Amino acid sequence: MSNGAIEDTQVIPAAEIEEVELYHAHSFITKWVFSQDAKIIAIQYSTTAILIGLVGLVLSWLMRLQLGYPDTFSFIDPESYLQYVTMHGMIMVVYLLTALFLGGFGNYLIPLMVGARDMVFPYLNMLSFWTYLLATLILTASFFVPGGATGAGWTLYPPQAISEGTPGINGGIILMLVSLTFFIIGFTMGGLNYVVTVLQARTRGMSLMRMPLTVWGIFVATILALLAFPALLVASIMMTFDKLLGTSFFMPEMLIQGEIGPNENGSPLLFQHLFWFFGHPEVYIVALPAFGVVSDIISTHARKNIFGYRMMVWAIVGIGGLSFIVWAHHMYVSGMNPYFGFFFATTTLIIAVPTALKLYNWVFTLYKGNIHLTIPMLFCVAFILTFLNGGITGLFLGNVVVDIPLSDTMFVVAHFHMVMGIAPVLVIFAAIYHWFPLMSGRFLNEFWGQVHFWVTFLGSYLVYFPMHYLGFVGVPRRYYEIGETSFVPESAATLNEFITIMVLIVGVAQIIFIINIIMSIFNGKLAGKNPWKATTLEWQTETTPPGHGNFGKELPICYRWAYEYSPPGVKTDFVPQNLAPDKIK
Amino acid sequence: MSILNELIKKPWLADPSQIEGPQASQSSFMPNRKLGLRVFLVVVTVIFSLSIIAYGDRMLFANWKPMPETWVLWLNTGILITSGIAMQWAKINTIRDNIVGVRDGLVFGGVLTIAFLIGQLYAWEQMVGLGYYANLNTANAFFYMLTGLHGIHMLGGLVAWARSMLKLRKISQLDGSIADVRLSVELCTTYWHYLLLIWLVMFTLLLLS
Repeated sequence: MSNGAIEDTQVIPAAEIEEVELYHAHSFITKWVFSQDAKIIAIQYSTTAILIGLVGLVLSWLMRLQLGYPDTFSFIDPESYLQYVTMHGMIMVVYLLTALFLGGFGNYLIPLMVGARDMVFPYLNMLSFWTYLLATLILTASFFVPGGATGAGWTLYPPQAISEGTPGINGGIILMLVSLTFFIIGFTMGGLNYVVTVLQARTRGMSLMRMPLTVWGIFVATILALLAFPALLVASIMMTFDKLLGTSFFMPEMLIQGEIGPNENGSPLLFQHLFWFFGHPEVYIVALPAFGVVSDIISTHARKNIFGYRMMVWAIVGIGGLSFIVWAHHMYVSGMNPYFGFFFATTTLIIAVPTALKLYNWVFTLYKGNIHLTIPMLFCVAFILTFLNGGITGLFLGNVVVDIPLSDTMFVVAHFHMVMGIAPVLVIFAAIYHWFPLMSGRFLNEFWGQVHFWVTFLGSYLVYFPMHYLGFVGVPRRYYEIGETSFVPESAATLNEFITIMVLIVGVAQIIFIINIIMSIFNGKLAGKNPWKATTLEWQTETTPPGHGNFGKELPICYRWAYEYSPPGVKTDFVPQNLAPDKIK
Repeated sequence: MSILNELIKKPWLADPSQIEGPQASQSSFMPNRKLGLRVFLVVVTVIFSLSIIAYGDRMLFANWKPMPETWVLWLNTGILITSGIAMQWAKINTIRDNIVGVRDGLVFGGVLTIAFLIGQLYAWEQMVGLGYYANLNTANAFFYMLTGLHGIHMLGGLVAWARSMLKLRKISQLDGSIADVRLSVELCTTYWHYLLLIWLVMFTLLLLS
């Protein structure tokens, strides 16, 4: 670690930094509605993502009510159950997590953390949000068209997704595919901004290896998304053709009610390859920003530099690269060539190495740290545990021989909810509790934060641990009702009931969280400037919350990396990235 | 400095008095829009690569019946090549500060591109007239999808082209500097050349199948 008390250093004045022309809004509409300020766009993205996420949450309640109390709710029939399953999955993975991490946190944090005034293409950034909103509205509209939303499962596998018997094959599936197309177009506009801003608009002194890991995570995740979403786009276009024009990209020759159907020799497997070429990197599109956020928060709240910064960066880049050669581990039961299975099982195990490295480094960061058990820190520790749990069951499922009997069971549902449902959501909460004082100038209520944390954390485990057991005994996923079988014990029904109760309790905790946010915006305890005593540039702005243009008259200069906590020989236990060496006491 | 050299640095050991980073060597960086276009072209490459891989995969199926060759596609290819040459001419003239040459190159390039798109629509009409409907064979479906995707990208290019034309008009009216439109023309040219390359790959594939 560098010694901050360096004397006789030559500080190059900020005046040498070339300023960029900044967009200025002149009316209420251009300032708050069609805004080109990344911070406003971030809030627009986040609000939309959270609102549609709440729809996804309610859908999960409805699913659980059916599973916990079958034959009780007359409005939940098999068709609507499948629609809940499908829409819940797609909403949560794409429209909530991807949009919130990249569109929400990406927009708010990238310019502030790299010391830029705004994104490099503000107009495109604005278009990105409005295209995302349009995509979300189209998706929501699919609930209201005749036949309702699609019930094909979030993976939208053909031929089932567009064949008779599947809910929503008239309007629902088409709106889903159109919505995804718009989402991808909108994301591409935003993604170009994130990548070019990180590469081009960093302030003076902010070399790549001085960037906070949050920026690294979002940056690499954006690159993954730019490379992975085209696969979903191509698959969506082809399936739309199959549905509307009667083509046979994916639709095989089928017997329909005893007669040969109109399609010929399409390849459903081709769709699966395209879908998972997007689908697996999608896990890391969500996970990498979460990794970065956790690294920054635990370092700040443990008052200790992140352990193995360079390895952490390499791991993010390595995981990003490897995530493109593991996709077919989702397809072991699809009938693909068995040698593929061997290859993809191997790459899946390899990707566990950089991931485990990150886990070790977080634990080593905490080791002998001056740990402040704040709400963000609690959520981060919970994340580390949860990601470990979810990751280990991922190793089980990455092995062909273990995956085949567990495929399409509740074990898989429990696994992916732990690893890419609960784990990233815990990070989102950590991030909101951590950066809310920056965005609003106020803290979230501590007591209700504690309630929110403990109910969410313990509740999630009480939901998903039993679900692993259900999977082991053979309870299948996506079934409206299990009924009587020779292998599923009666106790499974009791366990399902218990899980449902826990889901509802965890859900109520989220309502508390939303109320806490609304109340704290107006009545929260004033946070002041840099309340967590963080080193990164977003906390060093002239005003809190940061004003238009982020920084004052002059852009900050970055003198050091983002983790100068508790340096020896320095009075304070942190040195901001922009504090000139000759001003350190 | 290459990104690999950057990645092996140990920032915790760095001397804070050494101001490193992008702004310290601004001249080595390309304009934001240029980098933005390059990133976008990577995305476009992935879209077309995956479509072409899917095409190659489906070609191996027994019932694959390739589309017939049509002279319209050869003519369209010629038009697109000429359009690329015109755009290149416009770009060269931005360097020579010859505003008339820039205008002629842009106008010629844009009009030829519109002609290319009309030609593609004519090729579609011709194929439909011959009974090659999208739902009859996957080869037909791929033909319409690939040419459609390419056409949409060309249309997007025409939006950028129209903006460059407006800028050029403004420069002519206000007696402004040609430097204001240089980057726009350069980016349009790059985009045109890239989409020409993609078309040539796709056309070759269509011929080979």
